[in-house]
Amino acid sequence: MRNSSRSPSSSRDIGAVAIQAAVLIVLGAVVWLAASNAVANLTRLGINTGFGFLWRPAGFAISQTLIPYSESSPYLAALAVAALNTVVLAGVSIAVATPVGFAIGLGRRSANGLVRGVSTGYVELLRNVPLLLQLFFWYFALLRPLPPPRQSLTLLGAVALNARGLFLPMPVADEGSGAVLAALAAGIALAALAARMLARRRERTGDAPRAAPVVLALAIGPALIAALATGLPIHWDLPHLQGFNYQGGLAVQPELVAMALALSLYSAAYIAEIVRAGLDAVPRGQIEAARALGLKPVTVNGKIVVPQALRVIVPPLGNEYLRLFRNTTLAAAIGYPDLTMVFGGTVLNQTAQAFEVMLILCAVYLAINGSVSALINWYNRRIATVQR
Amino acid sequence: MTAAETPLQPGIGARASRLLHGCISSPGNIAMTLALVLLAAYALPPLLEWTIVQGHWSGGPDACAPIDGKQRAGACWAFVGSRWTQLVYGPYPESEHWRVDTVFAMVLAAGIALLSRRVKSKGLIGLLLILVAPPVAGVLLAGGVLGLPEVPVSRWGGLMLTVTLAGAALAGSLPLGLAVALCRRSSMPVIRVLAIGYIEFLRGVPLVPLLFLVMSILPLLLPPGADLPLLPRAIVAFILFNSAGMAEVFRGGLQAIPKGQFEAARSLGLSGAMTMALVILPQAIAIVTPGLLNVAIAIVKETTVILIIGLIDFLNQIQAGLADPKWLLGDQVRDSAYLFAGLVYWAVCFGLSRVSARLELKRERRG
Repeated sequence: MRNSSRSPSSSRDIGAVAIQAAVLIVLGAVVWLAASNAVANLTRLGINTGFGFLWRPAGFAISQTLIPYSESSPYLAALAVAALNTVVLAGVSIAVATPVGFAIGLGRRSANGLVRGVSTGYVELLRNVPLLLQLFFWYFALLRPLPPPRQSLTLLGAVALNARGLFLPMPVADEGSGAVLAALAAGIALAALAARMLARRRERTGDAPRAAPVVLALAIGPALIAALATGLPIHWDLPHLQGFNYQGGLAVQPELVAMALALSLYSAAYIAEIVRAGLDAVPRGQIEAARALGLKPVTVNGKIVVPQALRVIVPPLGNEYLRLFRNTTLAAAIGYPDLTMVFGGTVLNQTAQAFEVMLILCAVYLAINGSVSALINWYNRRIATVQR
Repeated sequence: MTAAETPLQPGIGARASRLLHGCISSPGNIAMTLALVLLAAYALPPLLEWTIVQGHWSGGPDACAPIDGKQRAGACWAFVGSRWTQLVYGPYPESEHWRVDTVFAMVLAAGIALLSRRVKSKGLIGLLLILVAPPVAGVLLAGGVLGLPEVPVSRWGGLMLTVTLAGAALAGSLPLGLAVALCRRSSMPVIRVLAIGYIEFLRGVPLVPLLFLVMSILPLLLPPGADLPLLPRAIVAFILFNSAGMAEVFRGGLQAIPKGQFEAARSLGLSGAMTMALVILPQAIAIVTPGLLNVAIAIVKETTVILIIGLIDFLNQIQAGLADPKWLLGDQVRDSAYLFAGLVYWAVCFGLSRVSARLELKRERRG
């Protein structure tokens, strides 16, 4: 084992060096064999090598582009579009999954037996059915049979849902919105400063004035005043029926709606379990002691339960986010143009440069995965209990 | 329930009254209770009527076909019934179905033996299942020897393909995962770094890109002319992907073994390998069994992903059936087919998760 005796002359160490050298030699031989096979295969099949293809025009259309892209754009632009599609899908899904998961996790600890039962049913149902089948359910059974645009399901005339997708109102910034944004930024900076000063004063004097209203007012007050002064420089672009489909607003393709629904509801089941475990980790005595001190239920939750539960919740929650991110790759099954489908599918078929395409694909996933997990670790270190 | 526990359990009446009290203990709870009861009253009767009362249980496509141009109400279970053979065996030749049945029986028997409380030598059964069963099942299904007619893997499909893929992925990733976990804890830096790189790469790259990677790269690495069908390539990808997950589970188990166990075994004169095999691994495997079962559940669920590369597993067989013009009869066929598929996967995964939870509980009680 690792801590066994380690004198340089011992025969064990010579044996270890020999084993490691042998492993490296065998590995090198396998790699060399595979590489020579690959070279032979590539020349036989007449496949190009090198990353030059990235600057050649892609020549295919992508059904969802958040940055300017056309068929004459290079493959590199297609990569950026597809990566952005993956990030948007993951972002939307995380934003939905987190509150749903927290609600269901709290539901599993509710005093209400009925709520408890429904929450448990949700978790056990969604965790034990393959995500792909759930995706098919949302996409083929729910969204595809929706009515055509003329018979759309509408909500308050602002939101429309039909077989072509989901149409949402989109905020459009008018003249003068720059001032509002600047005021908002200044307000947030001011609020952060005030929060810090108040915290320092509390640490020094033990005097705890109510900080939340002051900080909140400082944060949004300036922006509110600026918005009123410039005459509310934002208007909503509402989707409206024109011709055969809705125009204007924010159009979301049905594939994205189905993916986001499936991913977020599936992950919510796991997040619920994480939240439940976090709540269970707070000793009951803490809650009882806080109540005995006469704290209000809101204070017990806000100052005793949540801060302690959060320490247990955050690390697995981060892992769940990463899992959700990895699951976005199922998009290939219904044709949402994510990174894997565009790059591992279309680009690979067009260029046949498997090594280069796969290297890029894996590198992008590893990079996003790695940076998110670094972020989680950093946050986790920040909120972890300080061991004295 | 043992006699010692009985007094601690409140009676049914007390439990019911506590449950009822929980439902109406505060205005918020009353509101939630009312909302849920109303929702159930609104949704459950039509659902029951659709699935059971109006369901069409037998017959061919005619049973669910529209009458006078009007779509027929109710679930179409006839779809499942009349496509049962395809769902289970896929395009596997009918005269050879007994071979598939034999493999199913083997899996079932092993599963029951592993779950039963009375069977003692579970380690031996597990070892047989990992080392002996896959080659036997592979030979039986593929044929070509011992007078069995050959069935090419391109004719494997349906539930049989799902079970084969899941079984192969499990049997391959378990030993590989254990080996990688042991390498991860090795004192030799080269081996440790290789293991860390292997785990980090496979845990960072999602399954679908990995599947594409193996699909496109593996044929290029083989000698020119050597052709590997889709299924073995998919199995390679599944084994690689899950071995990293297994390795992390095993690592957790190995870390949980107190250092004193190593020291005691070594001071008794056991060699490093013997310490591992006789002292550490038996304890570690007992600890990680629930975790391994969770990976098994994940494998069962992720087998569905292979439809992306065009293999026809159980779920894809259902999709193929739904695309059959004979069954293009309306939404109810698809809804019932998905409901059935969901039920099948749910039953398997939920069952496994219960076993995993039971083992976990048993271990916690033992301390």
